[in-house]
Amino acid sequence: MTLIINGEAQDVAAATLADLLLALDYEGDWLATAVNGELVHREDRAAFPLGAHDRIEILSPMQGG
Amino acid sequence: MLKLYDTEVQSRLLLGTARYPSPAILAEAVRRSKTEIVTVSLRRETSGGKSGGVFFELIRDLGVRVLPNTAGCHSVKEAVLTARMARDVFRTDWIKLEVIGHHDTLQPDVFGLVEAARILTGEGFQVFPYTTDDLVVAERLLEAGCRVLMPWCAPIGSAMGPVNPSALRSFRAHFPDVPLIVDAGIGRPSHAADVMERGYDAVLLNTAVAGAGDPPAMAEAFALAIAAGRLAHQAVPLEPRDMAVPSTPVIGKAVFS
Repeated sequence: MTLIINGEAQDVAAATLADLLLALDYEGDWLATAVNGELVHREDRAAFPLGAHDRIEILSPMQGG
Repeated sequence: MLKLYDTEVQSRLLLGTARYPSPAILAEAVRRSKTEIVTVSLRRETSGGKSGGVFFELIRDLGVRVLPNTAGCHSVKEAVLTARMARDVFRTDWIKLEVIGHHDTLQPDVFGLVEAARILTGEGFQVFPYTTDDLVVAERLLEAGCRVLMPWCAPIGSAMGPVNPSALRSFRAHFPDVPLIVDAGIGRPSHAADVMERGYDAVLLNTAVAGAGDPPAMAEAFALAIAAGRLAHQAVPLEPRDMAVPSTPVIGKAVFS
């Protein structure tokens, strides 16, 4: 299935958002996720189904002013 | 003591965490500034990357409060989503709200700012809006539920210091009971002392410290200047006068002619 992950198209086999993070080796309690412009809370990722061409944002803390 | 929403802090310096030469220098600058609040951001994490985690741990170890920002957002939609994601990560209702309207000056899009502030306060966020010194916009932000205002004194990173002292004076006078934090444009400790003498409640800095030759020393210099400015404001400074006023009494002066 083709997904748009942080702006780049990738083919990944993942039924849910939690599956996707696992497949791409994302881990840590500092990650924030959104699908198609809507926040998906960390506790909701395991039950959040993904579909082809979903746009997924995976963000983490960084320096800021 | 400075009260920001329901939180009281001693330090009147809020410090950004970007552009330091190294994480160790950032940590030392935070310590020497004695700040209790640092600003942070969110960015895309690369697959398998752990850079966000390293930074997250560094900030946690500093033992300070975190004020996440929406830096780089150019629309209401972007800013609101970034704020929601920041709350999910940092577990705080605080958000430094930036909606940038102009690439060169990084001037806020004040129309989008008010709209985003209204949405976020409706969701329980405690919004710290990065705004201009425009009084009408400030009124709209307060109507939208903001209880803190953060006017610029010059463009972000410009280091120019207060370019419109008259506007800053009006802003303070119009909102005597609102915590006002000067955010952006400060370059030197004397600039920070200046705005604190004018009655501003706090200063938010980043580049002026991070870009200095010795960031930790500059962080401490700013802390001293901000404390001095605050004390001077409480001591009620003299207003400038057009004519000379002798400081030495002339009564009893000897006459030698």
